[in-house]
Amino acid sequence: MTNLKRRTFIRAAGAAAALGTLGFPSLVLGAARRVVVVGGGVGGCTAAKYLRKLDPSIAVTLIESKPAYTSCFMSNEVLSGERTLQSLTFGYDGLRRHGIEVLQDTVVGIDPERRWIQTAGGRGFDYDACVVSPGIGFKWGAIEGYDEQVANEAIPHAWNAGPQTQLLRNQIESMPEGGHVIIVAPADPFKCPPGPYERASQIAHYCKHHKPRAKITILDAKDAFSKQALYIEGWTKLYGYGTDNSLIQWVGAAGGGAVEALDPSTRTLTGLVEEFQGDVVNIIPPQKAGAIAFAADLVDDGDWCPVDKRTFESSRHKGIYVLGDASSAATMPKSAYAANSQAKVAAAAIVAGFQGKAPDDPTFVNTCYSVVGEDFGISVAAVYRLNAETNTIESIPGSGGVSPANASPEIRKREVSYAHSWFKNVINDMME
Amino acid sequence: MENMKREKSIHKGVGHLLFAALALALPVAVAAGPSGQALSFTCAGCHGTDGSSVGPSMPAIAGMDPEVFVDAMQAYRQDERNATIMNRIAKAYTDEQLKEMAWFFASQRLRLFPQTYDAALAEQGARLHDEYCEKCHEKGGQPGDAGTLAGQWMPYLHFTMEDFLNGKRTWPRKMKRKVDAAIEASGDTAIPALVNYYGSQQ
Repeated sequence: MTNLKRRTFIRAAGAAAALGTLGFPSLVLGAARRVVVVGGGVGGCTAAKYLRKLDPSIAVTLIESKPAYTSCFMSNEVLSGERTLQSLTFGYDGLRRHGIEVLQDTVVGIDPERRWIQTAGGRGFDYDACVVSPGIGFKWGAIEGYDEQVANEAIPHAWNAGPQTQLLRNQIESMPEGGHVIIVAPADPFKCPPGPYERASQIAHYCKHHKPRAKITILDAKDAFSKQALYIEGWTKLYGYGTDNSLIQWVGAAGGGAVEALDPSTRTLTGLVEEFQGDVVNIIPPQKAGAIAFAADLVDDGDWCPVDKRTFESSRHKGIYVLGDASSAATMPKSAYAANSQAKVAAAAIVAGFQGKAPDDPTFVNTCYSVVGEDFGISVAAVYRLNAETNTIESIPGSGGVSPANASPEIRKREVSYAHSWFKNVINDMME
Repeated sequence: MENMKREKSIHKGVGHLLFAALALALPVAVAAGPSGQALSFTCAGCHGTDGSSVGPSMPAIAGMDPEVFVDAMQAYRQDERNATIMNRIAKAYTDEQLKEMAWFFASQRLRLFPQTYDAALAEQGARLHDEYCEKCHEKGGQPGDAGTLAGQWMPYLHFTMEDFLNGKRTWPRKMKRKVDAAIEASGDTAIPALVNYYGSQQ
């Protein structure tokens, strides 16, 4: 028996004595359910908060390796200088005020049979249900010459917000007047489908004012991308897209945009057709579920974790719920709002399960804003339901979609302000 | 344990009744679909937890009058109200679901957050409100059957008034006459004054 298990037992025995039910400690233990949440991003935080909101008797422990959360959504605005990384960083005290134990540690193993979690710090936890929301990992080796060390030191991916976001910002600021920025965008599926294009937009927004002779090239492994028509409308209006002086150039797969190799010393990328050389290179590598999802055997033979779409319980191991980017939840995108929405469905399903009830039919929403530039915001929205027969999530016919084409300047401007309010509300809903 | 026992005995007790209900296809038998609470939880990413928004452009909807909620959502659903995104979202919901969401938000406590306002304008707005608005937006615009103005986010109120004045939103009965009169009396500062007055109630 580990220290923790002993402590739990002693606490339970004490409570049993106080209630005069000594001899039936299991009854008391049964009343105080424990959920352990692995990962302090949008999915994990939202699940922790809503579990306590739905049933304050549940003991919730959230384990996260970083001392604070830094939001990836809105982090493209750090690249333009419109906001600081600090403005995206939030501590976990809000969750603690909800009675959630937040532990800075790394989960190294989950035993689904014993319902037991092991951390790198040497601690162990029993659980009645476990929520795994680790976000993404990167498929190093997909682009020859690009590895974790190169990403940390020279060619940032900046696809998890943090020091690499700042590194990329610094590189853009210090590049020559007529510098060339290259963004390498991956094939689907990946976290934040409109993100690479908002990134190009935000860098263009900075260059327009500070380095107007600069060029930004997106080398894409795809032939189409999220909100494409709206981005092109914005780029045409703001950055001269389609002209010889365009700040932004997009090279799709058919045009030779897929990148095979990087030479970090010269910042040269090898495409199928030609080579590209940049003053600043940002590679967004192909992605997969975060490391713990693999360690805990939650991934199928692909890159992501299959789940029951009614509850987000793992299809591979009972009692473990996989949320957010790591889950295989098509047609929902890998986005903050999607993770927030999935977390509430999982929390409600866990609580229903503890009460011996069947889970309700789920409902999901995704809303995602992109800021293309000054007074030019665009969005995508979808409301989803379960198709129980096929275990798929489907968009409700006739609803959702992207901002209208050629909307008035007033509407585009409002969507920027909505983008910033959306950011505040998502953060608030997950951690305050 | 006790709950389960009770449920079981209830099930036994009403078994025949339920069967009868099913056979008659009464509405009680078709209670599938997400709960009103689950539907309402999905709104929080934009409108704040339980509808108390912390983002100044998104209106707080906690404590909202249920009929105002349903009317607004139906207007969005039918593209009858100027929208950026709500029209796309509203189309996903049935009338019954809108009602359930309306009741959820109506029963939430409205939490207000401080916002910066111009005290002089707010004072002017208070006088304008008393003269032109109080009759419908009672008690300084507290939540009621004419919506929530008191403490509402000022950028959102500005958007709303812009829409009314630019002919992009249908005026409720008598409102145009009253707003015209307020503008007649106070000129261009009338709308900012009213917005600052509502924003000053925190």
